[in-house]
Parts: sequence; C-alpha cells; structure tokens
Amino acid sequence: MSKMTLKTEGDKHVIVTRRFAAPPEAVYRAHTDPRLIEKWLLGPEGWSMPVCINEARPGGKIRYEWTNGKGGAFHLTGEYLELEPYSRIVHVERMHLPDPTPDNRVETRFDPDGKGTLMTMRMTLPDAQKRAAMLATGMERGMEASYVRLEGMI
Amino acid sequence: MNSLDAAFSALADPTRRAILARLAKGETTVNELAKPFEMTQPAISQHLKVLEDAGLIVRRVEGTKRPRRLASAGIEAMDQWLAMLRKALEKNYDRLDGVLAGIEKQKRRKEKNDEQDDAEDGRR
Repeated sequence: MSKMTLKTEGDKHVIVTRRFAAPPEAVYRAHTDPRLIEKWLLGPEGWSMPVCINEARPGGKIRYEWTNGKGGAFHLTGEYLELEPYSRIVHVERMHLPDPTPDNRVETRFDPDGKGTLMTMRMTLPDAQKRAAMLATGMERGMEASYVRLEGMI
Repeated sequence: MNSLDAAFSALADPTRRAILARLAKGETTVNELAKPFEMTQPAISQHLKVLEDAGLIVRRVEGTKRPRRLASAGIEAMDQWLAMLRKALEKNYDRLDGVLAGIEKQKRRKEKNDEQDDAEDGRR
C-alpha cells in the first residue's frame, strides 16, 4: 500500500498527497524547522544536507545544499510567501544544477485527518514544458541512486 | 545494454527531455517541435536523431513531412521519470514518518513529566 500519490494536473500543476500519523502541528514543524528538515529531506539513499537554511516567515529565505560525498552536489533556493501555522505554507523554489530550474510555486496544506494529517502539495510551474523539465530533474536524482546501486552490483 | 546506455545519455539533455514531454501529448512535426526552443531546425533535427538512435522516438513519412512520435521505449522512459521522482519523495516521507514519531514521543514524555510536576505541585 502506497500512502503517497503523485499526479500531474492540467498543463502546469503537479499534486502530491501523503498521510502522516502525526497531527498537523508536528508535520508543519517538520517542514519549517531546519533541525528537523535536515533529517528527512534528502532524496535518494546516500545523500546528506550539510547546509539547511529555513527562515519560516513571509519573505524568509530557504537554502538547502545536498551532497552524496562522492563529488555529487546541488542546491535549492527559495522564498516564503505565506505561512499560516499549522495549516498552510506557500513558497517558491528552484533547483540549481548548477543552472536554475524554473520557479516552482508550492502551496502545502496540512489538514487534520483523524488523529493524523493529510498533506497536499500543489506545485505550479510556468508552463507544461517547464513542468516536464522539473519532473526530469527528479529523474536525474533517481538515476544517481540507480548508478550507486549498479556500482554495488558490479 | 547498449540501447539502455543510449537511452540514458539521450535523456541526459534537457532539450531532448522537453521534446519527449511534448511528444507525450501526441505526434508532432519537426516545425512544431522546434517552436518552443530558440534553436535552428538543424539543431533540433540533431536532437531528434539522438532520440531516434536511442529508440525513444519513431518517424513516419507523410508527403514531405516526417512527424515524430514516442516509441514504446520513450513512453516507458517518461513513466520512469515520474516513478523515480516518486521514489525520491516516498523515501523522504518515510524518513519524515520516523522524525514525526520522534516528535510525538518527546511530546508524550514532556506531558508525562508535566503531569508529574503538577502532581508534585499539588502535594506541596
């Protein structure tokens, strides 16, 4: 059973939903407290986040830097637009690979779901072309993991 | 193995990935494909050749036009993009489950301590 859903909507949106066993307040904190973020926002196995800046206030900056310890590295920058503790966050982000990917406007909602939380992330990209490019970015990181696995097999 | 290598290196270029994304919507002529990019048609044709050699797209002859469409390998490659993004996200959220469990445990411990403190205060 997969608890997460990932789908595209229209030309410009990507929607991700996920249920958590903890209440919205805890899930919101895990998305805005750098000491918590650096523990989980790491992507494929083997990556760590040596730099984690997250200023959770309107206009506040976001900067995450990842490394795989084998020379692989990239970073993400962003800005907060709106924060409604503990129910809603709106921010803009872009990856630097090293060229920046198109701005991705992300609205994240934390809705009570029984004793837990239903998180809904709605990403808005400038157009279909740029959305495809962003999804491809995910592929690159996934491919990295595949290569690491391959290395282990050979 | 060779074709897998060719597919991966064909996918390593953002323009070629964007071309695949466009073709995912249906068969398209070279002119139409070139439109969103600030590129000459020969440059686009070069990208198309790489994709074709990698077995990701196929062409059809229609008069003077050679419209391209995704080959089944191309469709699988597109699916893989989403699958791999999904995997990275799922991995993140599985880790987040662990972080949240830690927060809740701490909270319960604190509540318990507070209750004990209250009880002690009550005795005083």
